[in-house]
Amino acid sequence: MTVTVEKRGVTGKAAPAGHPRRPRDSYALFLLPGVLAFLAVIIVPFLMNTYVGFTDWQGVGSPSWTGLANYRELMDDSEFWASFRHSLFMVVAMAAVPTAVGLVLAAALFDYIGKHFGSKVVAVLRACFYLPQVLPIAVAGIVWSWILAPDNGSLNELLKAVGLSSWQQDWLGDPDIALYSVMGVMVWVQLGFPLVVFMAGLQRVDPQLYEAAELDGAGWWRRFWHVTLPQIRPEIYVVLTWCTIAALKVFGAVYVLTKGGPGGATNVPSYFSFTTFFEKTQVGYGAAISTVLTVIILALSLIGLKLQTRAEDQA
Amino acid sequence: MSTALRRYPVLIALCVAALFMIVPFLIVALNAFKSPAEYSQNGPLSFPEGFYVDGLKDFWERVDYSQKLFNSLLISGFVAILAVVLSVLNAYAIGIGRIKGRTWVLAFFVLANMLPQEALVYPIYYLSKEAGLYDTRLSVIIVFTVIQAAFGTYLLSSVLGEFPREIIEAARIDGANKWQILWRIVVPVSRPTLGVLAVFFFIWTWNEFLLPLVMLISNDNQTVSVALGVLQGQRLMDATMTNAAALLGVLPAIVFFLLFQRTLTRGIAVGAVK
Repeated sequence: MTVTVEKRGVTGKAAPAGHPRRPRDSYALFLLPGVLAFLAVIIVPFLMNTYVGFTDWQGVGSPSWTGLANYRELMDDSEFWASFRHSLFMVVAMAAVPTAVGLVLAAALFDYIGKHFGSKVVAVLRACFYLPQVLPIAVAGIVWSWILAPDNGSLNELLKAVGLSSWQQDWLGDPDIALYSVMGVMVWVQLGFPLVVFMAGLQRVDPQLYEAAELDGAGWWRRFWHVTLPQIRPEIYVVLTWCTIAALKVFGAVYVLTKGGPGGATNVPSYFSFTTFFEKTQVGYGAAISTVLTVIILALSLIGLKLQTRAEDQA
Repeated sequence: MSTALRRYPVLIALCVAALFMIVPFLIVALNAFKSPAEYSQNGPLSFPEGFYVDGLKDFWERVDYSQKLFNSLLISGFVAILAVVLSVLNAYAIGIGRIKGRTWVLAFFVLANMLPQEALVYPIYYLSKEAGLYDTRLSVIIVFTVIQAAFGTYLLSSVLGEFPREIIEAARIDGANKWQILWRIVVPVSRPTLGVLAVFFFIWTWNEFLLPLVMLISNDNQTVSVALGVLQGQRLMDATMTNAAALLGVLPAIVFFLLFQRTLTRGIAVGAVK
């Protein structure tokens, strides 16, 4: 999830040491288990994966070096491009929409409902929005594939009950609709996260700013636009960065809801690399896919971190 | 228009939106106690006529749900504790010890935290087979301890960086060594933060899917998420079975939510930690 902790304490100047020759670096011993564990579980596997991306390997025997062959193949692989195109849809569903809706909801809960109806009402409403976030994604997928089932599914039954039978669909089985259904589920899953972060951020905002704006005759929307948004800009960057990364990594939902289908209509890079690794056992090719994904995610992380620090400096 | 009249539409709109969020849970609960016959006859939207628990019982026994719950609890519990310990050790060196090159060490942990699991999963699968740890709960505990500790180190380093230095100096003058200062002073003082971290590690690990799916193939080792996800993925369940699976998967999450509500909804962002 997220943090917006100031790093002042870590990177700032050390307090003047009482004893000039105290061996401060004996603290490094405390880092030893952590560093070793990280080498074994993250760094070594990551380097292996990167290396394997330049090879042809079926998971047995030794990989044979093929240079950039996998990457050249990726460039011509329509499945690869489709999976990243679907990622963009996931970014809309998991970052853009939840951030926008979460902002409005957080502001409405914080300075409208909170003021007029008390914090109890706010807490209950916030809990409702947040609930899907604690659900394992696999379970959320089961709930929704049951609701969206073509026969006897709740959504289709509901449409029939209100006389909209013609709107009934095979929500997850129709290649033209499946991606949008998955997107809808992801909005539902993701919405609580920005909401909670923004509500925490709003507590920082100086109430006097609102009062001043109100005295100047600014309505709710104008206050939202000119006071709320600029004040919680650091949180907005954090949420956008985290949600975008989460959207690029989405796996469990696709595995449970559609298995990338029908006909690859909901395939995403993460699921694509998974099937390439474990079903097609083209490990080298799978590693290349996941390396591309990693590079994109690291680049986005750096951009997000930069925007966030800049916004925090301005705030 | 008076403000009193304008207030309620906003409240009502938000309540409708909130209801929309919890409707899926309500429909699952509504159908949990219907027999297959009743379900296929009346559909998912009718009120249950009786109290049919055989479906749930069958499902529980068929997937050996007690075992799955136990595995999930075991893995998530151990990860929560071990990852907090590992994070504290790292953060003690970075935040309080202010070791040389700490900015780089911290950057290392942040990057490790950002790496997608997709870029680690095959080598971890391969290495754990080589090490004889494949398809063991221990392997999943080790991997997630490290993955969660990457985030914990990042967070705790900032928190401990602002730890009051006078307390540490005072303890040092009293003759406490670094190890004693860590366990007798830093850890007790930071307990609220560590508790929040442990709660998040527990829930995140409980909800993990990709790595446990790859690592735990035998029935006896699978977690709740993996067992239910695989069943769903096989497309072998009928509507009532899917409903039972959904209910049994949702219940633990609701229990955790009620237990940890305050911690969770405040988020680990700003408020909870500072």
